Amino acid sequence: MPISDSQISDWIRAFAAAVAENKKYLTELDSAIGDADHGINMSRGMQAVLAKLDARQAADIGDLLKTVGMTLVSTVGGAGGPLYGTLFLQMGTSAAGKPELSDDEWAAALAAGVAGVQRRGKAEPGDKTMIDALVPAVEAVKSALAEGSALDEALRRSAEAAREGMTATIPLVARKGRASYLGERSANHQDPGATSSWLLLQAAADTLAAKDSQQR
Amino acid sequence: MKKLINDPADVVKEGLQGIAAAHADRVRVMTDPNVIVRADAPVQGKVGLVSGGGSGHEPMHGGFVGMGMLDAACPGEVFTSPTPDQMLAATKAVDGGAGVLHIVKNYTGDVLNFEMAADLARDEKIEVEAVVIDDDVAVQDSLYTAGRRGVGTTVLAEKICGAAAEQRRSLAEVAGLCRKVNANGRSMGMALTSCIVPAAGNPTFELGPAEMEIGIGIHGEPGRERRQMAPAREVVEMLATPIVEDLPFRSGDRVLAFVNSMGGTPLIELYVLYNDLRKFLAARGIEPVRTLIGPYITSLEMQGCSITLLKLDEELTALWDAPVDTPGLRWGA
Repeated sequence: MPISDSQISDWIRAFAAAVAENKKYLTELDSAIGDADHGINMSRGMQAVLAKLDARQAADIGDLLKTVGMTLVSTVGGAGGPLYGTLFLQMGTSAAGKPELSDDEWAAALAAGVAGVQRRGKAEPGDKTMIDALVPAVEAVKSALAEGSALDEALRRSAEAAREGMTATIPLVARKGRASYLGERSANHQDPGATSSWLLLQAAADTLAAKDSQQR
Repeated sequence: MKKLINDPADVVKEGLQGIAAAHADRVRVMTDPNVIVRADAPVQGKVGLVSGGGSGHEPMHGGFVGMGMLDAACPGEVFTSPTPDQMLAATKAVDGGAGVLHIVKNYTGDVLNFEMAADLARDEKIEVEAVVIDDDVAVQDSLYTAGRRGVGTTVLAEKICGAAAEQRRSLAEVAGLCRKVNANGRSMGMALTSCIVPAAGNPTFELGPAEMEIGIGIHGEPGRERRQMAPAREVVEMLATPIVEDLPFRSGDRVLAFVNSMGGTPLIELYVLYNDLRKFLAARGIEPVRTLIGPYITSLEMQGCSITLLKLDEELTALWDAPVDTPGLRWGA
C-alpha cells in the first residue's frame, strides 16, 4: 500500500499540530541550553506551512515537500529554519514527480532529507542535535523494511528510534549550535532540536501507517 | 518590563518604518522580505556588501547602510537570524555586476541562513563570497563548540570593506581584506544587567545587584565567569588582557581601540573605560592611533561594554579614514 499525496499532507498537518501543542515545551527546553525560541520559531513556520497547504493545488509529493521546505526556510529563522527547510527540500528532490511513495521510496526520501541536514549543519551523531534523533530513525526504517516488515511496523520502529535518540541527548555535552558555548553545563538537558525531530517521526508513524492499516 | 514600544510583536516592523522615514536620503526599506538598502543601490561596477543578523543590536547593521559601508542589511526578529529569502533579495538589490560579499557573524543560525542564501544567489548567477567574523575571545574551547562568536570586529570590517568597495576593488580583494580584519581584530564584552527581549518580556538572565558577567555575548549568552563588581580600571584589565594575549598584540603595535556600549551604558562611562584602556595599552607599548567610542553593536538595553582592538597597518588605517555616510557612522563625506 503506497503512501499517498494526501497522507503526506496529513503527516505535515500532524507535525504542525504537535509543534503547536508542544510550543511551550520546546521553548522551555531551548531556554535551558539555547536562546529560548525553538518552539516559537517552529510554530510560526508550521502555521505558515498550513496556510500554504490549504491554498495548494494537487501536484506531486516532491512539489508538496519542496513547498514545505521553502516555507520553513523563509519563516522560521535561527538554525531551525535552514535545517528543517533543507530536510523537506531534500526529501522533495528525492520524491520529485511522484504521485505516491512506495515503502522504499519513503525510506529513501527520509534518508536524503537527513543527509541534507547533516551536510548543512555539519553535525555528527553525539553532538547533541536533531541528528541524534534523525539518523537512528533512518537506520530503523531501512533495517525494518529490509527484514520484510510492513510499513506501519517500520514507521513505528523509526519513531521509537527517534525517541530513544532524543532521550540519549540528555547526558551529552553539546558540540554544535548555541548550546555548545555552555560546555559541560549543557549536559543533563534534552536537546530541543532532537525533540522536535522526534515529533516529526512520531507524526509520520501516526498518519502514514494509521491509514495504511485502516485500509487493509 | 518598561519599554518605549507599542506592541512587542511590532517592534521590528515599526523600527524599520522609523528608519525609512528618518533616513530616506540615505536608505530605503523593502518589506516582505525585510531589507534595508542603500538609496542609490545597485551601484554599478562596485562590489555589493550585505550583512544582517537578529535585530536588537542597532545601529548594527541597518544603521551602517550607506556610502562607504554596507549596501544592504537584513534585519531578523530580535536576536533571531534573518532568513535566506531576505538575504537573496538584498543580494539581488545590490548586485552592480561586480559580485556581492556577505559579512556574517559566527552564530549557527546566521551562518546556515547565509549559506543557503549564497547557494540561491549562485543559482541566479550572482557571484557571492562570504566571510564569517569570529573575534570574541571569551569563547575559549572554540574547537569543541560552534566557534568564537562574531562581535565588535564586525563593525570595523563593514567600515573598512565598505571603503575598499568604494575604490572599486574586486570581490576577491574585498573578501581578502575582510578576512584580514577578522584575523587582526579581537573583542570581549561584559554586562552589568541583562537585556529584555520584547517578545519574552522578562530578563534573559539573572544577575545580582553587586555582580557582573565577564565575557558576555551580545544576546546575553553566558561569559567566562561571574564576578563581584569592580572599578572600571579592573574591568578594563579583565577584558583587555585576554584580548592582548590572544592575537597577541605586541609592543610597537598600532591599533584601533573600540570601546562599545551594550546599549544601557552612558557615553561618559565609555570614556572612563577608554581612559583606563589607554593607560593599559601604554604600559604594554601598544599605541591606539584610532578610536571608536559609543554604542555601535548593542544588546538592547543591557548595561555593559565591550572592547575591540584591531591591529592596523597603513592599508587598514587609510580605509578606516576614508569617507563614510551612513545613519550610524559618518565622517569625511
